[in-house]
Amino acid sequence: MRVQLEQLMTTPKSSEYKTILGPCAYVFTSSNTGSWRIERPRVDFSTCIQCGTCRMYCPADVITIHKGQQPPLEFQWDYCKGCGICANECPKHCIQMISERSAE
Amino acid sequence: MFKIETTANRFIPHGVSACAGCGLELIIRNVLDVLGEDTVVVIPPGCSALFCGFGREAGMRLASFQGNLESTAAYAAGIRAGLAAQGNDHTTVLGFAGDGATVDIGLQSLSGMLERGDRVLYVCYDNEAYMNTGIQGSSSTPYGAWTTTTPGGKATRRKDLLSIVMAHDVPYCASASVAYIPDLRRKVQKAKDAPGPAVLHVHSPCPTGWGCPPAKSIEVCRVAVQCGAWLLYEYENGKITLNQKPKQLRPVSDYVKLQGRFRGMDEQAVAALQAQVTQHYEEMLHKSE
Repeated sequence: MRVQLEQLMTTPKSSEYKTILGPCAYVFTSSNTGSWRIERPRVDFSTCIQCGTCRMYCPADVITIHKGQQPPLEFQWDYCKGCGICANECPKHCIQMISERSAE
Repeated sequence: MFKIETTANRFIPHGVSACAGCGLELIIRNVLDVLGEDTVVVIPPGCSALFCGFGREAGMRLASFQGNLESTAAYAAGIRAGLAAQGNDHTTVLGFAGDGATVDIGLQSLSGMLERGDRVLYVCYDNEAYMNTGIQGSSSTPYGAWTTTTPGGKATRRKDLLSIVMAHDVPYCASASVAYIPDLRRKVQKAKDAPGPAVLHVHSPCPTGWGCPPAKSIEVCRVAVQCGAWLLYEYENGKITLNQKPKQLRPVSDYVKLQGRFRGMDEQAVAALQAQVTQHYEEMLHKSE
């Protein structure tokens, strides 16, 4: 990292970074936290009322709700950590955590 | 200047390396969502430091700065003074620290900031121990809880942060919980609009340190409020308002048995915790009248 920062501050090409003094994070990025998952949520769409409780309590913010569409819920599997909060908080109990192996 | 390599709904990317079921991630998402783009964030070392940057990667799309553990509030006050010198009175300065960096190590700088009346929003996410370094007890650890430094359960009761804050007569301070998101968001908005320093004390579950399944972390926080182990209240213009006033508190044993950290408590210890909780609730009820 030290080498990268030194390059950053001395390379003429990256003149836009020249004002950076000291260690500085400058890349806004995500890691593939979906690879941590042991269990994944499976939604029973016939009982889902699209209330948005799961979306509100999802720590990773990976749930999108499409009102009136099929399927009404979409998960971003690259980032879902499989914590199971959505399944535990769902007022209709329509989310079930299933083993990642059985999902494939 | 800043390379954007991922998508995000607001200011925090989806894949941050907080543990599964961590309440901190949910708190910072909601706090920044309410505060908006015009915010400068100061974060001490701790779990939340992963948002302001690790190496070249940042987990936040806002101006943020990692100071040291004891002086989050002092840095934030300095940033406010710098903004004032530039004639900027619209930017929100947010200090975002854990319980260790607030109630133990950072208490003197927080007290100084409150006393000077610097307009800073200070959010303390309280997971009731030093979780980032491996679950050492802090002065916010509740009575009876196991940590690596209190292997037989903590012998003393927790420090009451908001009473210390209220003693400085700040314009606004409140406690909140990650299990009550709409309430938390309302309080962040109120704290943002406060004319002076504002402090939010937010209960944040730590599945790793509390010994509960990640899926139950929000439920544990909700039970804490229902049994009075965590009270939701606001202090505004010298008046305390309790936001949740259950007629009958649930027994504290409901909260205790959900978590591994209380496993070593015998009936006597649970009864002692129950007595503390009831006494605190009644005191607050009395103060709010």
